[in-house]
Amino acid sequence: MPQKTAKKSAPRKAKTDTNQLRWMYTQMVRIREFEETVKRVFIEHPGVIRGHSHLGDGAEASIVGALYTRHDTDFVMPSYRCHGYPIVLGTPLRNMMAEIFGRRDGLCHGFGGSMHLADPARYFPGTSGIIGQSIAHATGAALTAQVKKSSQIVYCFFGDGASKQGAFFESLNMAAVWKLPIVYILENNQYQAYTHFSLEDANAVAGDPLSKKAEAFSIPGATVDGTDPEAVRKVVAKAADRARAGDGPSLVETKFYRLSAHGNVITVPPLPTQFPEHEAVAVYGNRKEFEQWHAKDPVKRFRARLLKDRVLTEASAKQIEAAARAEVEDAVQFALTSPLPAPEEALQYVYA
Amino acid sequence: MGKEMMYADAIAAAIIEEMQRDPNVVFYGQNMAMTERDPMLKKFGKERVRIAPISETAEIGIGIGAAMTGLRPIVELWMSEFMLVAFDQVINEAPRLRYMSGGQVSVPLVLKAGYGFCAGWAGQHSNCIYHTMMGIPGLKVVVPSTPADAKGLMVAAIRDDNPVVYLHSYMLTLEKGEVPEGEYVVPLGVADIKRNGTDVTIVAIGWMVKKALAAAERLAEEGISAGVVDPRTLAPLDVATIVDSVKKTGRVVLVDQAPRHSSAAAVIAGEIAEHAVGCVNALRMVTALDAPIPYSEPLENYVVPHEDKIVEAVKAVMAHDAVAA
Repeated sequence: MPQKTAKKSAPRKAKTDTNQLRWMYTQMVRIREFEETVKRVFIEHPGVIRGHSHLGDGAEASIVGALYTRHDTDFVMPSYRCHGYPIVLGTPLRNMMAEIFGRRDGLCHGFGGSMHLADPARYFPGTSGIIGQSIAHATGAALTAQVKKSSQIVYCFFGDGASKQGAFFESLNMAAVWKLPIVYILENNQYQAYTHFSLEDANAVAGDPLSKKAEAFSIPGATVDGTDPEAVRKVVAKAADRARAGDGPSLVETKFYRLSAHGNVITVPPLPTQFPEHEAVAVYGNRKEFEQWHAKDPVKRFRARLLKDRVLTEASAKQIEAAARAEVEDAVQFALTSPLPAPEEALQYVYA
Repeated sequence: MGKEMMYADAIAAAIIEEMQRDPNVVFYGQNMAMTERDPMLKKFGKERVRIAPISETAEIGIGIGAAMTGLRPIVELWMSEFMLVAFDQVINEAPRLRYMSGGQVSVPLVLKAGYGFCAGWAGQHSNCIYHTMMGIPGLKVVVPSTPADAKGLMVAAIRDDNPVVYLHSYMLTLEKGEVPEGEYVVPLGVADIKRNGTDVTIVAIGWMVKKALAAAERLAEEGISAGVVDPRTLAPLDVATIVDSVKKTGRVVLVDQAPRHSSAAAVIAGEIAEHAVGCVNALRMVTALDAPIPYSEPLENYVVPHEDKIVEAVKAVMAHDAVAA
């Protein structure tokens, strides 16, 4: 799968040009539209989505800003909150939605669902539903790149909760010892499932940024406003350059706010799954915090900025948004009409 | 043509030959390749042979990620119990990722570890935990009992596109035997009849194969013909070969170093009960007693199965007619 040539899909310039800013906004809108649609399906098509789904609304600037710096064959390995990344990589939304609906035309033919999207042909090898464990897998992809001298690097995304797992500490230590070509992007969306990060993170308790953890491994660490794709891009670009130069890993904390709840309500059949209110409101009764962060919504903020800077007009922004809506609606219709897998297909893929 | 070799050397030979054959095979673990004098390091270089920190979760997880993206890692874990600190990676990651991806990725990974070190290592380093892994779909489990099998099964494990837990018996480390030279592959999932016998079938695993063969020798002197079947891999399990043998003899003794209810023997007994129903008149399980492994020698010997217990069990099943009434 890894190829020797790594050409740039989005060449960096000193100043991000208009097309690239439009590209960023388009990807952010596609992610947002996808996630809001998944959320809406819980109401509009009860029972169509099973199990647990985790949305990345709020993470758009972090995802798009980071992946802006990616070269064509670099690996992308996020956690189970995984919808946003393949959208940027060009994975067809039809197959993503069909997977979330458990259909045969799903990306993984209905074997993985929302938490386990995989598109290895686009350098997105798969995810783990167990918090933090995929950090080790991403580190392994970086080992592959190093051993094969493929000039690939790995973008490893995980949440603030995962940074309390042993897999995080063990992986970063080994990546630093082996100087592996990887960028660790700690997406601090402020809630580990239902627990606010200030209740469980030593750095947070001490009033420090979570990127301070990098000091334990003597690697660069930085914290950046994760609601600003350009800010994320700049910081991740430095970390990516370091990885490409063979100087080893970096840790970037992108701080933003998960705009939706951790996931849909865990219901017991025959009750259909539903999407609840955000933990800030539902658990902590803190509507003020919730509203303050919604006011910093990265998609709306970036839109306003691009309008102000005349990168977009109201009409061109609306065009991008309408196209995303149409693309996602098409994905829903495709997924709804895709057949369910035949029961006996369940024994496929157990062994290679 | 073969060459007399020690079990441990046969494993090493397999790894070296496969690393020569395939540049994607990498080998790493704790406390290995520590100096530049290390022969593996000299032969293959520090990209492919590495020392790892005491971090089983990352060692195994990195192996999984590397396997998903094009390498064929062998992770040296030394003792099977060390996998317990990283059991999510062994049980809930490596064997699941292919399935969850709808067959898009594979995880060609070998987790190499010794097991069942009955030499005074006490409660945490002497156990048999293969039962916890043999029932995990997507995972393969290998337990070689001879130097030849040790080599051929390691080659097969490295070439397999699935995660394979390769468990070598510490008690067989210095065991000598004839090993075929050059390329030698023992396919995973094929049991081996280590001794033919007409009166009783002994199914034994790993170190217990040696004990079963010694017991069979003693029983032959008493006129009892005991066959010994070695499954060689617990997953996939070659039920057909075991059942065929059992159907011929009608009597079976299952010998396993693991405690009774977490033994492979219990699983095999279930298969025999279903597939050889009406053909088996007597079945005994000779397993470790239901205790952790104790430190002091007489205590340890008491808990772990030994030759006398196998002989005793065979005699007990011989008291029954060959075919169920």
